[in-house]
Amino acid sequence: MRTNMISRVSALALTAALGITGIGNALAQGKDPTIEAIEKYREMLQDGNPAELTVARGEALWKEKRGPKNASLQACDIGLGAGVVDGAYAMLPRYFADTNEVMDFESRLVHCMVTLQGFKREDVIKRPYSGSGQKATDLEALTAYVVDASRGSTIAVPQSHQKEIASFKRGEKMFYFRGGPYDFSCATCHAIDGQRIRLQDLPNLTKEEPARRAFATWPAYRVSQGAVRTMQWRLNDCFRQQRFPDLKYGSQASIDLITFLGVNANGGKMDSPAIKR
Amino acid sequence: MINRKTFIAVSCASMLAGCAGMVSVSDKEVVDILKASFSERSIAKLDRLDQSELQKSCSEYATKELPKPLRESLEKTALGSVKYPADGKYLGDWKNGERVAQSGRGMQFSDDAKTVNGGNCYACHQIDQKELSYGNIGPSLWNYGKLRGNSEPILKYTWAKIWNSHSFNACSQMPRYGDAGILTQAQLKDVMALLLDPGSPVNK
Repeated sequence: MRTNMISRVSALALTAALGITGIGNALAQGKDPTIEAIEKYREMLQDGNPAELTVARGEALWKEKRGPKNASLQACDIGLGAGVVDGAYAMLPRYFADTNEVMDFESRLVHCMVTLQGFKREDVIKRPYSGSGQKATDLEALTAYVVDASRGSTIAVPQSHQKEIASFKRGEKMFYFRGGPYDFSCATCHAIDGQRIRLQDLPNLTKEEPARRAFATWPAYRVSQGAVRTMQWRLNDCFRQQRFPDLKYGSQASIDLITFLGVNANGGKMDSPAIKR
Repeated sequence: MINRKTFIAVSCASMLAGCAGMVSVSDKEVVDILKASFSERSIAKLDRLDQSELQKSCSEYATKELPKPLRESLEKTALGSVKYPADGKYLGDWKNGERVAQSGRGMQFSDDAKTVNGGNCYACHQIDQKELSYGNIGPSLWNYGKLRGNSEPILKYTWAKIWNSHSFNACSQMPRYGDAGILTQAQLKDVMALLLDPGSPVNK
């Protein structure tokens, strides 16, 4: 079954590559070739998203007794009570009374691995992202499993606790914060409708519909990298291109920006792990 | 003091809108959190988070109109930063200019000090019509020189625009290719030639 899936994936990758040669014609006809090709590609992969393999591994990891405390993550409270996974990702980031902090899913996951399983925080976050084409890291696999359990759930990132409101307000300011040698902010690319970098469409994340689509489809299987990428990775890689320093995994700024995006996306339906170019 | 905090928390729970209004976030708090949230890596140091006056003003006014005196002062400062070529020659080799315009490399934490920076012009602009993969954040530059000629004022204006884009549009989104040291003088001249040399394919 695994071999079948892999050969199917490479066949589709070839189709997509061939599709790209049609860009010139499609441009002349005024269509949007990139979006069309990606949509077609996504459709073809609907029942064979390679992220499924990562989700399955994540589920096994979640239930396995691990770490110095030999405990599973099944007692981890990610917002809806200990052990409740279904629908929880769609309501994060949120305030947690036990830490007195607003946390996104990935920060909460690290917290549970440290408190329940006894891992050291610095070890857990040492290498959060896998290399291109490599096996997913534990953090990526666990995140893929938990977000998959929110597929179809309505995005409902809360704004009731003062710290949740403060997180949103900081995230908004960070979104417009221009810095670095290129003077870029998130808003440089993500605050105007209809913009592109080369042929890549850029969602206007200040608007409800594009924000919903973005929030709903991360984490995603990134075909060009052969890997499941999480929301923390998405932000980190944006900042790389902004010529900023390295965004720390689970940092307050990352949580605030995810809160800003999540609240803008409220009302959308989760559809992750998605598949992207 | 404690009583007042409790009171605010209670009214928050019952009245969401009022609560949101009461939470205020200072610029300093945001900057402090940003500094704690990044680590330096390769050539990307933490001082990249220290905003210049221009970056600060353009962040603050990102969603509202810049007051006229501030806009004029930012533009004046930017224009004052421009260093024109000492030899008076503005146009280099358009073929190399095309390479500079194509390359998006440089200054990322995944690069090192030896990386030759590109201008990444096609990320945002149409330039040579033959290149179909171009972005639309900036205007099309196809026929840039054909439409404008290459008189001294046009050469100086274009050089200044590329050196420090804020000279003519205070909160332009375009990087300061000369002022921020992204491209060398020679590379700038090559990009100028791509736009303005009558022999460049851009002006066919």
